[in-house]
Amino acid sequence: MRRLILIFVPYLWLLALFLVPFLIVLKISLSDTALAIPPYTPTLDLGAGWQGVKDFLSQLDLENFQFLTTDDLYWKAYLSSLQIAVIATLLTLLVGYPIAYGMANAPDHWRPTLMLLVILPFWTSFLIRVYSWMGILSGEGYLNQFLMWTGLISEPLTILNTPVAVYIGIVYTYLPFMILPIYAALERMDASLLEAAEDLGCSRLQAFWLITIPLSKNGIIAGCFLVFIPTIGEFVIPSLLGGSQTLMIGKVLWEEFFNNRDWPVASAVAVILLLILIIPIILFQRNEQKQREAEG
Amino acid sequence: MRKMILTTTATIALGALSANAQEVRVYNWSDYIDEDLLDKFEEETGLDLVYDVFDSNEVLETKMLAGGSGYDVVVPSGTFLQRQISAGAFQKLDKSKLPNLDNMWDVVEQRTAQYDPDNAYSINYMWGTTGLGVNVGKVTELLGEDAPIDSWELVFDPENMEKLGDCGVHFLDAPAEMIPAALKYIGEDPDSHDPEVIAKAEEIYAPIRPHIQKFHSSEYINALANGDICVAVGWSGDILQARDRADEADNGVEIAYNAPKEGAQMWFDQMAIPVDAPNPDGAHTFLNFIMDAQNMAAASNYVYYANGNKASQDYLIDDVIGDPAIYPSQEAMDNLFTTTPYPIKVQRVVTRLWTKIKSGT
Repeated sequence: MRRLILIFVPYLWLLALFLVPFLIVLKISLSDTALAIPPYTPTLDLGAGWQGVKDFLSQLDLENFQFLTTDDLYWKAYLSSLQIAVIATLLTLLVGYPIAYGMANAPDHWRPTLMLLVILPFWTSFLIRVYSWMGILSGEGYLNQFLMWTGLISEPLTILNTPVAVYIGIVYTYLPFMILPIYAALERMDASLLEAAEDLGCSRLQAFWLITIPLSKNGIIAGCFLVFIPTIGEFVIPSLLGGSQTLMIGKVLWEEFFNNRDWPVASAVAVILLLILIIPIILFQRNEQKQREAEG
Repeated sequence: MRKMILTTTATIALGALSANAQEVRVYNWSDYIDEDLLDKFEEETGLDLVYDVFDSNEVLETKMLAGGSGYDVVVPSGTFLQRQISAGAFQKLDKSKLPNLDNMWDVVEQRTAQYDPDNAYSINYMWGTTGLGVNVGKVTELLGEDAPIDSWELVFDPENMEKLGDCGVHFLDAPAEMIPAALKYIGEDPDSHDPEVIAKAEEIYAPIRPHIQKFHSSEYINALANGDICVAVGWSGDILQARDRADEADNGVEIAYNAPKEGAQMWFDQMAIPVDAPNPDGAHTFLNFIMDAQNMAAASNYVYYANGNKASQDYLIDDVIGDPAIYPSQEAMDNLFTTTPYPIKVQRVVTRLWTKIKSGT
């Protein structure tokens, strides 16, 4: 009985917070726009009983998904979001791994402090932190002032409103999500393995490559997922730091929803986005499971 | 103990659902009121005022169409108001509760009746034009003393934009205003709903696009005032606020606003009460308070926008009533145009065109 409850709770969570909202979005994606509250039709009229449900179902169709194929804007935006998310994830990994490595190798009594420093930015609103980047990166901003003061540049650099600013914003925002899982993996690692490797003739770099990296693989994968998934649908960072040439699916979704008032097409865009994210994750997990079975 | 937690949670949940009857929730544009008025309202009426702000009609409209926004008073612009009225988003005003309606200005009421027949659902809060905000020093330095700062040529002629680009030019991220402006510049009907005519706007924007730094509907106030940019296509009062902020900062930046001589768009921001407003009585009290001649004058004196309140004109400072950029002469008024809402199919064409203009895709 107790076990049943234990299993039931996470499923209930998935059902209430993932499946139900998804079904609502899916349902809207199959309906048509209307000038009404809410701005789509049909809406489910439970008062009409079973006949109402049947009428409702018969009016749903795939028109909005077909529409997405008629305009190259959508797949370009999906591709461009994928590209930005992949590059940003790799950059975050490049920055995050050394930090996690340093933390895992720091003296024991430093670690809680270092951990606190990584988490500390979350205590301030995300929006305010992104806004402060606008102050740092703008033409008259702190970064340019500093670089001009040092004499490295004579004209201010244009960083704000470019893709560079978007990458800076994403790497900064999602860095803790990369550091924490990698740190968790590295911290658990048995240091005597490295000693053994060096005893057997590995250079330190080789030992790092052959032992540390493979042992932290799960942390790297978890970190990459935690950065990649939210980045692909990111809206706030590109709209505040990016210029209008930064095409991302989150922005397209916003425009469908707010400018066109077309909730059904916006929902169709969201459904496809979800599929783009979920299918590779399922395939990946299946592959992992197969590997584990083959090994074990 | 557990029971207590349950009751507390239930009370909090209920409290969130049924907004306090003594509370009025207002959703207005950002930088759009003298905030002393908010305190004054609370003191005079004993009601609690919750005042939130937005910076685009689209955000407001989505809240209205989703329903249950929880607001008692909202401020859409004319075309958006008209569409939301047809969607059934607003309730008719109870004019018996609005004695200050007598203060309103018939000249403006006639124009707003185009969006809201008989002004049955809304009162005018402010109105203004969409035009050119210019950093006079920098623009004359780049384009010479005879720079066309009162003409759409300034931003739609690629030659001018090439020179201005590096200095920074911002456009509103509002297709329903920026596309009519481009159409007006080439002599087309700015209110055209014909997709072929609307498509002509793209040819205007294509050559100047590389020189536009940003499309945004509120950042330009600070950017102009700080001298970060040279030109902003924006709303009259916002640019005049930038002018005043620059004056106050005494940073050597001189800002000027002009409604272009080819014709500029005139718009009206209307206060209306959502159909599901939790406190419609409080909403009427707020509208009546705003229509008081002195209160409305205080708001206009603060934000530098003209209002639709005739009686308030006695209390307006000279900087406002005497400034033709705010209260244009009759002749200039005749040169202003208004637009009507796009049907949904045309709206999609407009948004798509705008995305294409902005992102090149």
